[in-house]
Amino acid sequence: MNIVENFDLFAPRLINKQELLSSGHRACSGCAEVLAVRLMAKALGENTVIASATGCMEIVSSMFPTTAWQVPWVHVAFENAASVASGIEAGLKALRKKGKIDDRYIKVVGMGGDGATMDIGFQALSGAMERGHDMIYVCFDNEAYMNTGIQRSSGTPMGASTTTAPAGKVSMGQKTWKKNMPEIMVAHEIPYVATVCPSYPLDFIRKMEKAKSIKGPSYIHCFSVCPTGWRAPSQTAVSMGRMAVETGVFPLFEVENGHYRVSPDMPKKLKPIRDYFKPQGRFRHLTNEEIDPIQERVTIEYKKLMEKAKFL
Amino acid sequence: MTLKTWRELPIGCVVSEPGSASEYHTGSWRSQRPIWDNTKCIKCGICYVFCPEGCVQQGEDGFFMANMDYCKGCGICSHECWPRAIKMIEEG
Amino acid sequence: MGKRVGMEVAVAVAEAVGLCNIDMAAVYPITPQSHIAEHLSDLVADGKIDAEFVTVESEHSAMSAVIGASGTGARSYTATSSQGLMYMHELLPIASAMRLPITMAIANRAVSGPLNILNDHSDIMPQRDSGWISIFVENGQEAIDMSIIAFKIAEHKDVMLPVNINIDGFQLTHMVEPFEMPTQEEVNQFLPPFIPHATLHPARPVTMGAFAMSDYFTEIMKAKDEAIKNSKKVILKVWDEWGRLFGRNYKPVETYKTDDADILLLTMGSMGETAQMAIDELRVKGTKAGLVKLRLWRPFPFDELKAVVKNTKKLIVTDRAVSFGGPGGPVFSEIKSALYAETQRPLIYNYIYGLGGRDVTVKDFTGMFEKVLADTGNQAADTYEFWGVRE
Repeated sequence: MNIVENFDLFAPRLINKQELLSSGHRACSGCAEVLAVRLMAKALGENTVIASATGCMEIVSSMFPTTAWQVPWVHVAFENAASVASGIEAGLKALRKKGKIDDRYIKVVGMGGDGATMDIGFQALSGAMERGHDMIYVCFDNEAYMNTGIQRSSGTPMGASTTTAPAGKVSMGQKTWKKNMPEIMVAHEIPYVATVCPSYPLDFIRKMEKAKSIKGPSYIHCFSVCPTGWRAPSQTAVSMGRMAVETGVFPLFEVENGHYRVSPDMPKKLKPIRDYFKPQGRFRHLTNEEIDPIQERVTIEYKKLMEKAKFL
Repeated sequence: MTLKTWRELPIGCVVSEPGSASEYHTGSWRSQRPIWDNTKCIKCGICYVFCPEGCVQQGEDGFFMANMDYCKGCGICSHECWPRAIKMIEEG
Repeated sequence: MGKRVGMEVAVAVAEAVGLCNIDMAAVYPITPQSHIAEHLSDLVADGKIDAEFVTVESEHSAMSAVIGASGTGARSYTATSSQGLMYMHELLPIASAMRLPITMAIANRAVSGPLNILNDHSDIMPQRDSGWISIFVENGQEAIDMSIIAFKIAEHKDVMLPVNINIDGFQLTHMVEPFEMPTQEEVNQFLPPFIPHATLHPARPVTMGAFAMSDYFTEIMKAKDEAIKNSKKVILKVWDEWGRLFGRNYKPVETYKTDDADILLLTMGSMGETAQMAIDELRVKGTKAGLVKLRLWRPFPFDELKAVVKNTKKLIVTDRAVSFGGPGGPVFSEIKSALYAETQRPLIYNYIYGLGGRDVTVKDFTGMFEKVLADTGNQAADTYEFWGVRE
């Protein structure tokens, strides 16, 4: 339990006390995504402007005429958080240069779910990253379209049962491998790409702060457990994220200027993915024969990552 | 809360009261509540860090408690509490 | 009083926008808009304007980026055409609901399919209900003037709405015309700095684009409707001011020889000049013909239109877009409904013409007049006709 040892020493002193996402938001009970958003806001601090895609985090936080946000925040549409953020960045840059606003440095952040990032907003994100805007894009990946009722996305993992890729007599659920979004972002050769999970808050906050310190585009892929969509008890949201990391299903790493570094939180030996699948209703239908190739793939992908991390 | 007429709406429906969502009390959603046993608490703050509502606060004595106006009773604090100082009990 | 210059209209539009101290522009290339984007980026590259030029990867992102920039309080500009405008469509009502005073030039072009890069109005017509102020121009001078005026209208504290300027693609954008380009000093004098109603800045954190359910949605729509209706007052005022400063006067409904006319033709955009020649020809032959040019499409100038057509017997409304399976062209059905409650109203005829760049000559207009004059009037023209279509 190294995480608890860390906490024993540091938390909550190391974490910004200020809540920039207020209580009263309408996220489901036990939502690890809103936890991640809360931690992100803490890590980035007040001098942040956020452009959010349509999705769970958008509707739960901005019920007119109120808002849970204490930093400037805007929602425009589903597929364009990255392009709205790029416009904000350009606007602030111009106004600052012309002396029309004060001279403080403001970090612009685009955020969206897996659907908003990996599917419908993919082009806008690619464009914004390629153009080199000084911004962070954070994908809160809960592995399906949860806001519309748990439909599959390109972020849904193989074998998961969703409402549009359901398990049935002749189907094991999702028939495709999860799109490797962090690697696609690495291929954009942006200064910083990282994977995070709120189950590892210190790693999470450190990477957010790192992204904040970089002048240029960075991409953070956040594994966000959704107890509602994954059909798991709400209290397990944090431990489930930890299981995803410990099994290698979602390895924590960062890529700075092309150099890979695997998080020290990663275990020496990965746990079997069965341990991670077991408590989740979306995987319950899978047979051993169906889990085996998924295990194999997870192992291979993790090895590939470790290989990349060797070349510093 | 009285609803605004169209004439009273802010231009562009801009919400200029940061954090005003706190007017809405999500505590009513709760079916169970966390109870802290401060004799077991080591004041590590893990409950504070992992609360999705941001409603766990540290008191002057260093111990933690949840604001019941907002606590949805998810049970993460209890599940994550290493010294097992937080117990979930049924509401009502 | 400005400089007398001759240049391509698209380039001149970019020059005019360059005089407006914009902070940001995001434009994606599309024919026949591209020359605006190219020349704007030239101006930025040469340091002639101090703005961020964002070369987005799509029109959807162009509109998204200007929405984001406008949200920060930056004066933001974009331009597009046809498919690009259709691609932006989703975002247009959002920009107006957020009351962001973006201005956009539209080099009007036919919408696919089939793909056709030439001029008609089928791109702007589907945007009718997006809550944007929508203005049509007839020539290069108007294109320049409106490009500058648009900022003042959009950013007026009683308006705060996006504005689009419709410039017929190729037929106008690619013409080389002589015109008077206002000087920088004149524009500075005319155009005050943009004072946003709220900004995305940590000094005063706001939430924009909040989620609204049925308890608020109706009120929000009503507020937006009232906002655009009220904008007409400001539009008239700003046009008056422009007239005083530059001697070029603009009205929501322009007229040519309408005072004693028995029969009127209504056009929008660059067709006005050709139509004017047709009127002159008809007048020589003794026909009391007149021309109505609709400049302001949204907010629709009901009063001005009614006043102009009140005493005429027949009105020919021309449309450069089709409302498939509908009551007639979009302009036609608008005007018919505008006049429905009038006790004294003309018979209205509708011709759909000039689609996908089909050439329109003086003869086409005189032909329409001949056909309508020959009608005994009892048919009441409840239908529409594709002018010049091969049967």
